[in-house]
Amino acid sequence: MSAQFMQYLLTGLTVGAIYALVALGFSIIFNASHVINFAQGEFVMIGGMTTVTLTAAGLPYLLAIPLAIAAAALVGLALEKFAVEPARGASVITLIIITIGASIFLRGLAMVIWDKRFHALKPFTGDTPIAIGGATVLPQSLWVIGVTLAIVLALSWFFGRTLLGKAMLATSHNRLAAQLVGINVRMVLFLSFGLSAALGAVAGILIAPITTTSYDVGVMLGLKGFASAILGGLGSGVGAVVGGLVLGIAETMSAGYISSAYKDAIAFVIILAVLFFMPSGLFGKRGSERV
Amino acid sequence: MLSRLAAPRTGGMLALAVVIALLPLVLSNKYFYDIAVLVGLNAIVCVGLNLLIGYAGQISLGHAGFFGAGAYGSAILASRYGWPPLAAMLATTLAVAALAFLVGRPILRLKGHYLAMATLGLGIIIFMVITTEDRFTGGPDGISVVPLSIGGFVLQGERLWYWVVGALLLLAVWLALNLIESPAGRALRALHSSEVGAEVVGINAAEHKLMVFVISAVFASIAGSLAAHYSGFVTPGKAAFLHSIELVTMVVFGGMASTFGAVVGAAVLTTLPQLLTVFEDYEMMVFGAVMMGTMIFLPRGVVPSVARLFRARRREPADHAETRR
Repeated sequence: MSAQFMQYLLTGLTVGAIYALVALGFSIIFNASHVINFAQGEFVMIGGMTTVTLTAAGLPYLLAIPLAIAAAALVGLALEKFAVEPARGASVITLIIITIGASIFLRGLAMVIWDKRFHALKPFTGDTPIAIGGATVLPQSLWVIGVTLAIVLALSWFFGRTLLGKAMLATSHNRLAAQLVGINVRMVLFLSFGLSAALGAVAGILIAPITTTSYDVGVMLGLKGFASAILGGLGSGVGAVVGGLVLGIAETMSAGYISSAYKDAIAFVIILAVLFFMPSGLFGKRGSERV
Repeated sequence: MLSRLAAPRTGGMLALAVVIALLPLVLSNKYFYDIAVLVGLNAIVCVGLNLLIGYAGQISLGHAGFFGAGAYGSAILASRYGWPPLAAMLATTLAVAALAFLVGRPILRLKGHYLAMATLGLGIIIFMVITTEDRFTGGPDGISVVPLSIGGFVLQGERLWYWVVGALLLLAVWLALNLIESPAGRALRALHSSEVGAEVVGINAAEHKLMVFVISAVFASIAGSLAAHYSGFVTPGKAAFLHSIELVTMVVFGGMASTFGAVVGAAVLTTLPQLLTVFEDYEMMVFGAVMMGTMIFLPRGVVPSVARLFRARRREPADHAETRR
């Protein structure tokens, strides 16, 4: 393995981990409500920008990060309460437009609260590059990969071992049946928005020291996260993570070996190519339509 | 006679023609004419897109890509290579139709959110090609376009364009209404309610979806070409994701499966940003809030909601006892 390949792989893993976190947010909300939340990218922005403001005010990371995650989660809960809940039973297209409206609203709000400039966060633990197998990697990249791994493990414990997690899983399989066994499906829907927003915020905070953050950082990250979730198969947790990593690595490799001009287009070329052959993504539920 | 007038194909067309004919009475300056032309161009796209979304039930989050392809195709052929504008427009329209035909078949096999993703991806790829291939397109800075000329006659000025776009909008609406009332239109509505059901009664769902996808792409492409010649300049923003969203919002705002709804949606949402400039920094926030609010409170769109209100009123005294559906 050449050093160059190793370098692209590590960079790809870092970017892919962020996509995976955003994609997990899409999947969790989709499972609870069959809504695609196009405002998911804005949670990434809120996480990053709030941390920037709080640290600038002198707060240490240990305080600023939990506060920023809580702020994003609150926005997520509010979004569910005031925009998604009142529109229950509306068609897919109507719900898509509502969440897109919400994302435009939040971006406009961020522009008023903050500004249009780029903001950088200080890396968590210094910026001395570490050499791995001939490639160099920023300590922040290790943070991104490590925290994402921890979150994936925590989520699999949450959905596999806790009552609330199992209730959310049950709701995703069959809403009516879940309701019949006494699960409060409205509460599940409400909480899923909070959880997804928190995941998005974590992604936004982790990546801000590497790529900087701004009021419109959520647009592309949101679309790439959606692409990752679809690539893996909507609603599949494993799919979201694999989809994110595959897109991240493919994007970095093609930028390195082919052309960096089309770096942002690669994700969408891949997604079209995969969907042509596997119309439900890599890990999506296959099967026949019920009539 | 009266019932015939109330049918959308005659009565609605007549009403639209009257509105277009009388509108200049209140358009007091060039700026208003300019907005009216933009409304007309967006309305042409929306009438086509409504066939796809409202009647066939297939979402597209990438139609700005076709609009942009039309605009840039005309701009490049006419301005860079000196083609006659009409020939450039014809060649571009054919190319976009061919593109939609080729990618439409695999894309339209997808359903729901997967279809949304694929059309979104297609739109973004077109947008990125436009921004990256700056040798032809001028990149993010855009490209200037020669005015539309037919023979030796140069089509210029807001007032002249107003009548041209108005006539073309009427033509687009007429074509759409005829399609909807044709057997193909009935087939589309059938596959909207149940694709399997439609196939069981012998409707070739794939063929019909592809046909309406190509038609809607052609409407968008022609409107794009016209917009490029009209404003004399195109930027990649015309092909961007946000423009796709605006187009879909216009269709849904006006009311899905309502051709006149699409026109109303285009009119409201094209004028709205002009009005919102008074909010300055808060413009984006207000636009997002309006989008959310109308969809929450009028999920069926403006025109069908209003129409239902009227119908309910008219029926109430006659058959009070009838159970509401």
